Amino acid sequence: MNDKKKVIVPIGPYHPLLEEPEFFALYCDGEKVVDVEWQAGYNHRAIEKLSEGKHWDQVTFLVERICGICSTSHPFAYCNSVEDLLDITVPEKARYIRCIIGEMERIHSHLLWVGLAGHFLGYNTVFMWAWKYRESILEMFEMITGNRNHYAMFKIGGVRRNIEDEDIPALRKVLKDIRAKLEMLTHAVLDDPVLGARLKGVGVLTKGHIKDFGAVGPVARASGVDIDIRRDDPYAAYPAVEWKVIKTENGDVFDKAVVRLLECMESVRIIEQSLDAIEGSKGDIENQVREMPVGEGIGRHEAPRGECFHYVRSDGSNSPVRHKIRAPSYTNIPTFKASCVGQMIADVAIILAGVDPCYCCTERVAVYDADKKNKKLFGFSRLVEMSREKTERMRKQV
Amino acid sequence: MNLKMKALKKSLWVYHLSGGSCNNCDIEILDCLTPRYDIERFGMVLVGSPRHADVLLCTGIVNKKCVERIKEVYDQTAKPCVVVAIGACACSGGIFRDGYQMAGPLNKIIPVDIYIPGCPPKPEAMLAGIVKLLEKLK
Amino acid sequence: MKVLETLKEKLGERIKDIKIHNERRIYLTVEAGDIKECAKIVFRELDARYIIASGADNFDSFEILYHFGFDSIGTVISLRVFLARENPGIDSLSDVIPGISYIEREMWELLGINFAGHPGLSHFLLRDDWPEGNFPLRKSIKTDGANSE
Repeated sequence: MNDKKKVIVPIGPYHPLLEEPEFFALYCDGEKVVDVEWQAGYNHRAIEKLSEGKHWDQVTFLVERICGICSTSHPFAYCNSVEDLLDITVPEKARYIRCIIGEMERIHSHLLWVGLAGHFLGYNTVFMWAWKYRESILEMFEMITGNRNHYAMFKIGGVRRNIEDEDIPALRKVLKDIRAKLEMLTHAVLDDPVLGARLKGVGVLTKGHIKDFGAVGPVARASGVDIDIRRDDPYAAYPAVEWKVIKTENGDVFDKAVVRLLECMESVRIIEQSLDAIEGSKGDIENQVREMPVGEGIGRHEAPRGECFHYVRSDGSNSPVRHKIRAPSYTNIPTFKASCVGQMIADVAIILAGVDPCYCCTERVAVYDADKKNKKLFGFSRLVEMSREKTERMRKQV
Repeated sequence: MNLKMKALKKSLWVYHLSGGSCNNCDIEILDCLTPRYDIERFGMVLVGSPRHADVLLCTGIVNKKCVERIKEVYDQTAKPCVVVAIGACACSGGIFRDGYQMAGPLNKIIPVDIYIPGCPPKPEAMLAGIVKLLEKLK
Repeated sequence: MKVLETLKEKLGERIKDIKIHNERRIYLTVEAGDIKECAKIVFRELDARYIIASGADNFDSFEILYHFGFDSIGTVISLRVFLARENPGIDSLSDVIPGISYIEREMWELLGINFAGHPGLSHFLLRDDWPEGNFPLRKSIKTDGANSE
């Protein structure tokens, strides 16, 4: 461990694009990856323990700060779990507002992914454009909730703020614009021969791998595993609106990209229908909770990256006795063991990115030369560079 | 003003360092790069190595596992180097202050020059902070 | 509730207690010694999806809940086992469910539960030089990591 420490940091694997530090060791034979090792904890913040010392209502703010990209998913799942414990329902309007916030987050998260994936492949234009479109969604968040991220919209029993009728026209306009942009992006990805050559057949995950590692979300759906918590375990207003689960069969990085882009279009549909439902409605937005019974509850939400799982247990006091959180990346990241092995080093950056590992987890990649035993290390930036060189080579061939 | 500071001020190269954050501040830092905010017009570039950096943008609580690495990164930067603490966590520990994994806040680990509070600070706030920093360097 | 009937039939005597919270949330208590067989039946034969395992400190005992999802009907089945307070230990499921090894490592370091047959129990989230015997998720440890005993 010690010599790893010494080598990793000087290379500066803190890549400009990725955030949370995470350590992966790739064991290589020549250009081929033989094994991958995952070391977590650089971002461990003791949230499960902190949650035991907070009031039930305060925990929503704490779980919001698990991740800045999915800052609705965790409160969503947490509120679902506490409502399961309490056995209460949420007013209709609040259910639609929850859906709107959840789906807006999905769009911004997937756009963020598309941008970063483009960056890894050397398409910086995609990065700039996708993030520019994303900005309009963040603006809407600011208008509705008062903050660009960490919206604090969720509350046990309902939502904290209303979506006012006067906000809806602006929201509709943004959705209309973003739909056109998404269509353009989807075609740009599907029709590009270089992207096809670069991404098809890379980092393939079979149904067996998905089952073994318990992978969820777009990663599973790209491999033909038909799971989506929004449909399977209906909650909020998802059963009341019309949408479909996107699924492809090949399991490579290309399919993952397709699933994500098409999912954004479905999200737009869900939001539009939800807006129709709440426009002009004067309903309540929360059910007051006065007392906490003894018991346990499980709540799930289909976050942009897959199923987000919360388990809470109450002894009737002010704070949870146990609060277990499972983010989707926790089961998605170990699939690297299956998807990276046997691949070229130059492809590793995009395979790691293909899982959308809560975008942070792919930070520290070190490459070991298995033959020489002495550790030859590349930073993540070097991997991205190699990935771009490969795209460049293929661009010339196509 | 000495020559070093004069050179430093012309074009700040920033390096982004996360010590256990919720990555929201980090995303907002990246947002500064994109067309809406575009910090490159101030001559700022995000670089991939601390050895090229004039400014360290630090986010997160600094947890016990990465504290050595953060010190090491700071040692590797060319001096003079300005350290910016971005977000409530880096400034004070934020909501994670009481946890067992907390080693920070940042100013206990490395010297910090300016603080940009917020959870997360808006990109505008970061730009305003950097402008103040440029004035301070005069 | 067809799934519950199937489970009752397959697991038979091994089920010690059934708690039906509602039709989508079912908790089954089994003996710690039977967990491997039960997991095999639920995960392989009934083709449930492994979600996660959550460990908890109950003051007088330890508890692990293995959550499995039956996605076609949206049900979460949780297999509950209780472990002794002193030297808690249970069989590792890593040969049945490959993806479970990380959460077992996590429970090992945060709660001090030993997993027999796990391929590599080493520090995962905490520092390698974390004080021995300090398991942060145990109730005797304060939030800031200090031992109150």
